[in-house]
Amino acid sequence: MYAYVGRRVLGTLPVILVIALVIFLILHLSGGDPAAIIAGDHATDEDIKAIRDKLGLDRPLAEQFLTWLWNVVQGDFGISIFNRVPVGTLILQRVEPTLMLTLTVIVFSIILALPMGIAAAWYAGTWIDRALMALAVLSFSLPVFVIGYGLVYAFSLQVPILPVQGYRSLADGIGPFARHMVLPTISLGLVYTALLARMTRSSFLEVLSQDYIRSARAKGMASFQLITIHALKNASVPIVTTIGSGIAVLIGGVVVTESVFAIPGIGRLTVDALLRSDFPVIQGVILVFSFFYVILNLAIDLLYTVLDPRIRY
Amino acid sequence: MVDIAALQPRVAAGRLGKLRRFAWRNPVMVFALLLFAAMILVSAFAPLITSFDPVQIDPGNRLKSPSWEHLFGTDAFGRDVFTRTLYGGRVSLAVGAAVAILTTVIGLTIGMLSGYLRAIDPMVMRVMDGIMAIPGVLLAIAIMSVTKASIGTVIFAITVAEVPRMVRVVRSAVLTIREQPYIDAAIATGTRLHRLLLKHIMPNALAPVIVQATFVFASAVIIEAYLSFLGAGTPPEIPSWGNIMAEGRSLALLAIWVILFPGLFLGLMVLATNLLGDSLRDVLDPRMRGRK
Repeated sequence: MYAYVGRRVLGTLPVILVIALVIFLILHLSGGDPAAIIAGDHATDEDIKAIRDKLGLDRPLAEQFLTWLWNVVQGDFGISIFNRVPVGTLILQRVEPTLMLTLTVIVFSIILALPMGIAAAWYAGTWIDRALMALAVLSFSLPVFVIGYGLVYAFSLQVPILPVQGYRSLADGIGPFARHMVLPTISLGLVYTALLARMTRSSFLEVLSQDYIRSARAKGMASFQLITIHALKNASVPIVTTIGSGIAVLIGGVVVTESVFAIPGIGRLTVDALLRSDFPVIQGVILVFSFFYVILNLAIDLLYTVLDPRIRY
Repeated sequence: MVDIAALQPRVAAGRLGKLRRFAWRNPVMVFALLLFAAMILVSAFAPLITSFDPVQIDPGNRLKSPSWEHLFGTDAFGRDVFTRTLYGGRVSLAVGAAVAILTTVIGLTIGMLSGYLRAIDPMVMRVMDGIMAIPGVLLAIAIMSVTKASIGTVIFAITVAEVPRMVRVVRSAVLTIREQPYIDAAIATGTRLHRLLLKHIMPNALAPVIVQATFVFASAVIIEAYLSFLGAGTPPEIPSWGNIMAEGRSLALLAIWVILFPGLFLGLMVLATNLLGDSLRDVLDPRMRGRK
């Protein structure tokens, strides 16, 4: 068990290294002077020279990479061109809204997707199944901002019951927080819900055909108990995997959702940095998001041994 | 003696009948294909469908709400949103198709080599895992932030993000195919590597690749719209769906139609592609039937 955990943790190291390498190399992709890109459009020659010296940009590429990686490991993601603040600090300032949005979306989606997927599998082949899956494909196809502006039009303009945009911290009270979260959560959550519902359905279909389900039915177990006790437990592994891998889709959507609803989170930070060609910020955000994604999926992998004791590596 | 000529029409009718039966059994695919074809046609024949110019500014007609003259209303510069939406489809379709083709070609090459040549496999797959762990939209944003905005760089940025998944699909297909007896037979008769890969392995790996390519197309159309919407995609003077919506953002409260109609077209396009991919998978790989 411990050997497995150790192996699995070590196994993510190469992935993290590749991520860092790819993100590092993007800077050299344009063919321009990396120091000039990092320094921004309004930099003086001295600024550029200072950056070149700090990052060792006149050194061989491999050495540059190691220098940069060493800085990153120490938490130094560089300095924003736009407001001269360390990128790490900027990201920390913006973590809360993004984390809250992500969490509400995950909770919203699980609450919606599990019953949808289970119902579709239970009534497989009937109109209930077809209607639910049609709904899933539809919400999977509508881009986040289309759903977002559609909802804003309906619930902020035609029937003005919810705020158009903005964010209130939980510290301001649960009421305002919730009112501002409803529309962003639905806009971003539908794609994720569709993803989860489809996976839940196929995972349940697989489990429902097993012998132990037939036995449980034969002994007269009620359907609800059957689903919650036997089926859900056994179908959970692929569903949890999708919850983890789907986070990648979610992160892409966060960037757009925060722009649509003017939520001051990391996604908004990314877009602002993009419009100002503030490359160090973009680099830092991608590193943080990617590492978060890798570590989350590692945690989920380790969780399997708890969820499903049959899994022993 | 049998008169072959007399048999011909019956064969044709049989083929048509087969097609009809196939269509009857796969209504979703027919619907998706029709929707897809309709999107291509209205974009391609945009100049015949509308008499307005997609970029010509008409200050007298600013922000008109939808009417018979302007089906989707007009934007802040008085341009007809319906016209811009039709023309915008050209950009989205071109980007989607280019990314799908590039990703397929690159993915097939890397995937086949990686799946067949054991020596390079672990290395290649670690690199693919790494790229795949970076959320696609963010990777595309990062690439766009250091390059000049053009349709070419948009295609490049999205392709980089999409290739790893295609490589995985190709590789896993190749891993099964390489163990088949006919591959041993081909090696035994002295088939060269490139011929082995192209003539024996590739044709058998195509089914999942085609399905994946449709999903890549859908994903590319969405990411192009995201990038343009965020201001880092197709240059703003070109009316792509993302750009039209980006311009409509500041007016979302005044003129929602500038955003909603191109968004709806974008949604329909992606829906058609996703449905096509799903139904193709059901047809090409019967084992996956029912497991959506």
